[in-house]
Amino acid sequence: MKFTYETKKDTRSGFGAGMEYLSQNNPKVVALCADLIGSLKLEAFIKNSPERFFQTGIAEANMIGISAGLAIGGYIPFATTFANFGTGRVYDQIRQSVAYSGKNVKICCSHAGLTLGEDGATHQILEDLGLMKMLPGMVVINPCDYNQTKAATIAIAEYEGPVYLRFGRPVVPVFTPENQKFEIGKAIHLIEGTDVTILATGHLVWEAIQAAEILEEKGIKADVLNIHTIKPLDTTAILASVSKTGCVVTAEEHQINGGLGDSVAQFLAQNRPTVQEFVGVNDSFGESGKPADLMEKYGLNAAAIVEKSIKAIARK
Amino acid sequence: MQTQELKNVASQVRRDILRQVHACQSGHPGGSLGCTDLLVGLYFNSMKLAQDANRKVIFNMSGANEDVFYLSNGHISPLLYSVLARRGYFPVKELATFRQLNSRLQGHPTPHEHLEGIRIASGSLGQGLSVAIGTAQAKKLSNDASIVYCLMGDGEQNEGQVWEAAMYAPHHQVDNLIAFIDENGQQIDGPTEKVMSNRDLEAKYKAFGWNVLRMDGNNMDEVVATLAHAKSLLGQGSPIMILMKTEMGAGVDFMMGSHKWHGVAPNDQQLADALAQLNETLGDY
Repeated sequence: MKFTYETKKDTRSGFGAGMEYLSQNNPKVVALCADLIGSLKLEAFIKNSPERFFQTGIAEANMIGISAGLAIGGYIPFATTFANFGTGRVYDQIRQSVAYSGKNVKICCSHAGLTLGEDGATHQILEDLGLMKMLPGMVVINPCDYNQTKAATIAIAEYEGPVYLRFGRPVVPVFTPENQKFEIGKAIHLIEGTDVTILATGHLVWEAIQAAEILEEKGIKADVLNIHTIKPLDTTAILASVSKTGCVVTAEEHQINGGLGDSVAQFLAQNRPTVQEFVGVNDSFGESGKPADLMEKYGLNAAAIVEKSIKAIARK
Repeated sequence: MQTQELKNVASQVRRDILRQVHACQSGHPGGSLGCTDLLVGLYFNSMKLAQDANRKVIFNMSGANEDVFYLSNGHISPLLYSVLARRGYFPVKELATFRQLNSRLQGHPTPHEHLEGIRIASGSLGQGLSVAIGTAQAKKLSNDASIVYCLMGDGEQNEGQVWEAAMYAPHHQVDNLIAFIDENGQQIDGPTEKVMSNRDLEAKYKAFGWNVLRMDGNNMDEVVATLAHAKSLLGQGSPIMILMKTEMGAGVDFMMGSHKWHGVAPNDQQLADALAQLNETLGDY
């Protein structure tokens, strides 16, 4: 199957579109933001539902606590900021007031990963998926494009329980269907193949599709899955794929430590030991630069996925 | 409930606190004893609580159309557990399981074990006021006229999140909120003045936009009167902060006047000496 696209958009705008939909369709949804309304694309939500929006100022810890309190009062709070400030900065608040307390809070964060670009490593969190997936009961979602982010935003409002939704700043190809139904925890099989499994999440999904096309030119058939939900992991789909291919490459805009690849390795080690290669950041911080240049320097693009795929196949 | 009845309940609650902490040889008796009069005054006099046709309290997580209390300084859990049990939220005999394996009465309160009366986990300090603000705003959105209460410690004022919340509540006119600071002047490493001085909390909260009241937190008449006065000041655009002077260990002479009993359990003899000072008004569990 060939994937094409007509436009490129940022996933954060998909979040904004999802929030606009929720402003009109779910009166229980409330939004909070720590002085980043424009970056989170919340303008339409606020215009439609000003009484359901809470500006917290640059005070993320307080935002998480207020969200927990609003959830107790029967609302569905979407707490929004940059991924660095919405996870690492407030880990204990999320742990105690949201996760351990079992509150129906949606932590929705933009500007995750290297593709934040020029602001540099202080803002480029590459540990957020790991931090969030370690919390018992936390659902962790990292959609791949505008349409999928919009669908995921709408879907998590219907799910009862804490969720971390991660998206980003750069424009990327919009290649998944408009108005798709998003199923939490259900991987999407994008390309059929028998030689290597590629499990990608977030911005790396499009890169994985590109990689599969390059591999095909070399006579290698890749089985490509979009793992938009890191937790709960779709282990059924992963097992079915690696049973066919016998090796796997994981690809994510995140530290290798603690990310998607880590979850996959843990599952496969216990159920079907499989040769695995990891596309991710290898125990380092990022730096300032243009997003595409950063992704190339840190080995997070189609070329890197191709290289790791060939290596994985050779190790079978 | 009249003041004398409230004092009787407080005496029993203090016995419960000491017996819980003694049984597991861990927990925090000092602050629990100090805040006993406030929590008894709230739950047995001031708060509007959801009740069934037989006037027995019923627990709803949402707290809709009833007053909600949050304990931010979760280490004084034996006090909260005793008050909730004596008020009828769960069986009093369950206090015997405090801090034991498989108990719903965890060292610090949590809704994780589905204990009636607990809506949020606390223990890691500084988070409760934010949660209280969130529920207060939920009540406003729902046109629910009931009140949200939150108790913090004075040592807890060291936490930065408290001041994020302190700034937020007046800015957003959260005027259905009454918060308390237990000014017992003690924290784990010593007197608050030495460890990290709060300086003038009244001036600080006033500068942040709060309506600040003071009371003697170990004088039941004053507690009841101040709570009534605070309620009359709600709905005027400002949240209310009640600075409450208490004595850590209040009610037991040898536990008062220092931070020594912050997190130390009495031995058998000390328990006997302490219980001798507190009337068994409602029957021990």
